[in-house]
Amino acid sequence: MPSALSRRGAPLLVALACLGVFAARARATELFVSNEIDDTVTVLNGDTYKVIATIPTDQRPRGIVETPDHKYVLVCDGDSGNIDVIDTRTLKVVRRLKTGPDPETLAMSPSGDKVYVSNENNALVTVINFATGKWIRQIPVGIEPEGLAVTHHGHTVVVVSETTSMAHFIDTRTWKVVANVLVDTRPRIAEFTPDQHLLWVSSEVGGTVSVINPRTHRIVHIINFHIPGVDREYIGPVGVRFTSDGRTAFVALGRANRVAVINAKTYRVEKYILVGQRPWQMMFSPHRRRLFVVNGLTNDVTIIDVPSLRAVRSVPVGRLPWGIAVVP
Amino acid sequence: MTVRGGFRILGLLALVVLTSASVSLPARAATGRAGLKTFSIVLLRKRYHFNPETLPSLLESHPANLGVAGAEEATYELNTAGKFIGWNFKLDVVTVPDGGNLVATAQQLLAHGPRVIIADLKANDLLTLADLPAAKQSVILDMRTIDDSLRQQQCRANVFHLLPSQAMRTDALAQYLVLKRWTRWFIIQGPTPQDAVYAADIRRSAMRYGAHVVAQKIYNYNPGSRRSDTGYQQIQTQMPLATEVNADYDVIFVADQTDLFGDYLPYNTFAARPVVGTQGLVATAWSPAYQEYAALQMQQRFDLFAHRRMTELDYGGWLAVRIVGNAVMRADITSPIPMRKYLRSKDFLVQSYKGQGLNFRRWDQQLRQPVLLMTPLMTVSISPQHGFLHPGYTTDTLGFDKPESKCHLH
Repeated sequence: MPSALSRRGAPLLVALACLGVFAARARATELFVSNEIDDTVTVLNGDTYKVIATIPTDQRPRGIVETPDHKYVLVCDGDSGNIDVIDTRTLKVVRRLKTGPDPETLAMSPSGDKVYVSNENNALVTVINFATGKWIRQIPVGIEPEGLAVTHHGHTVVVVSETTSMAHFIDTRTWKVVANVLVDTRPRIAEFTPDQHLLWVSSEVGGTVSVINPRTHRIVHIINFHIPGVDREYIGPVGVRFTSDGRTAFVALGRANRVAVINAKTYRVEKYILVGQRPWQMMFSPHRRRLFVVNGLTNDVTIIDVPSLRAVRSVPVGRLPWGIAVVP
Repeated sequence: MTVRGGFRILGLLALVVLTSASVSLPARAATGRAGLKTFSIVLLRKRYHFNPETLPSLLESHPANLGVAGAEEATYELNTAGKFIGWNFKLDVVTVPDGGNLVATAQQLLAHGPRVIIADLKANDLLTLADLPAAKQSVILDMRTIDDSLRQQQCRANVFHLLPSQAMRTDALAQYLVLKRWTRWFIIQGPTPQDAVYAADIRRSAMRYGAHVVAQKIYNYNPGSRRSDTGYQQIQTQMPLATEVNADYDVIFVADQTDLFGDYLPYNTFAARPVVGTQGLVATAWSPAYQEYAALQMQQRFDLFAHRRMTELDYGGWLAVRIVGNAVMRADITSPIPMRKYLRSKDFLVQSYKGQGLNFRRWDQQLRQPVLLMTPLMTVSISPQHGFLHPGYTTDTLGFDKPESKCHLH
């Protein structure tokens, strides 16, 4: 493309440069949504929400994250035992990392050198060197490990196990499990508050969120949800996200088809935002003004305007969408 | 209960079979050498005589560790969690031979006081156990029965029922049939008293949900030898005769608890109608084909452990051990009377692979739960169906609700 441009002369070149089309593709924010049934990742333009690409993956893509340098998006292919590495410029799968059986979800170290994978069937966390794809370690944890959280300094990785109902704290310097906190039934997601002082763990079947002090490994508060007209057994907290000031938390409530807005200081639920059916995973836009909620049963993503706390739009994606990564 | 659709049945796990003469009694909560507190769970079962040659299909089998394997798998799971927080669980399987002395074995088990006992016993034996004076203060987790009577007049304060009752099962099917508007039912009923109860449940479900029993027939079929060459020709002529009635119906609702003829009905009926009930589309707590709500992980774990497929009875055993584990690890309860209180409380919840936590109905100590509607290979649906509402739990639309309960525990 640059050689073609050079032949067209300088004025046009300047004009194009102003429009910012020098890159291989226009680089708006992009949303990457893994579709568990379709074996694809849908890529949406973050301004227009139009589908830019549908990328074929290996089987049963679920957990999805971007690398800290935004160059790649990694997606776990549960039934293939792989991670597909998608180049965010070309939107193609450029590498495939072996993970061991049934990788459900993953997280990266802050520097991006390591990938942490929860092997759902094997009660293991596999640590992979991202550059070489080699396994560094496998750490036995509880049964059906799922959500992973990594501290800013990278010294602690937390994984929750759905059947054992625990949050396991792993010290990445010794690869030892240093603490196990029993939470309510079927924990799905662990998320540190932005100041790292607390860890929130959602329990899908228990219907609660446990707030854990990561230094003492004690539960300091349990958040409950009461939604008029919705039976308690349908309230299944999964995804947890905080605004950057740490004051507000969003919790996706699964079959209650809502996202709870919680004052993260008082733990009071301030609002329930109606979204699509069975929201699990969520991710913010780069400045956290929008929250993207992935609705598994309605095959769409609900866009929540964060300042007004309103669902403003839904956009269709593939079948049984599971996770989302946002690349600025 | 049998393994249906189990294509590969490998070597059976060797069981610790303790006869009534050799019941060992490990301490119920003691501190072991690794600093772990040990909690031992007793699974009391009777090995009922069963002739596998009476199974209609070659794809069915009757492994010796049916049910027990589920409890063993759950014990392994508990210990995965327990090792992190200082508990070790031990499962003691006590098997009474068919014709053996259940009372003597139970009395030996209870000699040192009340216990937590998982019972893999049929209704009569379960009542025998529950009514022993020494068992009054015990907790008995019934992992096997589906009898309505045990949840109604014959309920006991020391017994908790884990699998859905027959009434829950017919209600689960009924909701689905009503949703489909297949509301004209023809009941074909086997000869056993259990079949009569099931047929009464079908009528009750029809009344509850606005369906109509347009015909009913008792069919006393003698299957004879199941393994005969060209036996299908006999069946092909007999089943149309059995299902010819002078009424227009949408489905055949079969009540054949002992598998005499129900499996012969599909595609052999007089009229082109689907078969539901004890065969055909069945209502169950578990099936090896069920994979929703992370059940896939459970199925794979079980297969790795037992080298066979997981049945409903295995699920009953699995649930029972997980329930005890919750009481011990979550509520720190190790003695029977507080455990009974805890199981009846709102604090109690057990994971089920049904998309929700389960607890007990206080009026009859039946575990409330969604019920699967399965063909041998596929999940068709899960009841309660959308739109069937209840002021408490939607799952209380299945089976005997509080106002209809004939169980008076206190």
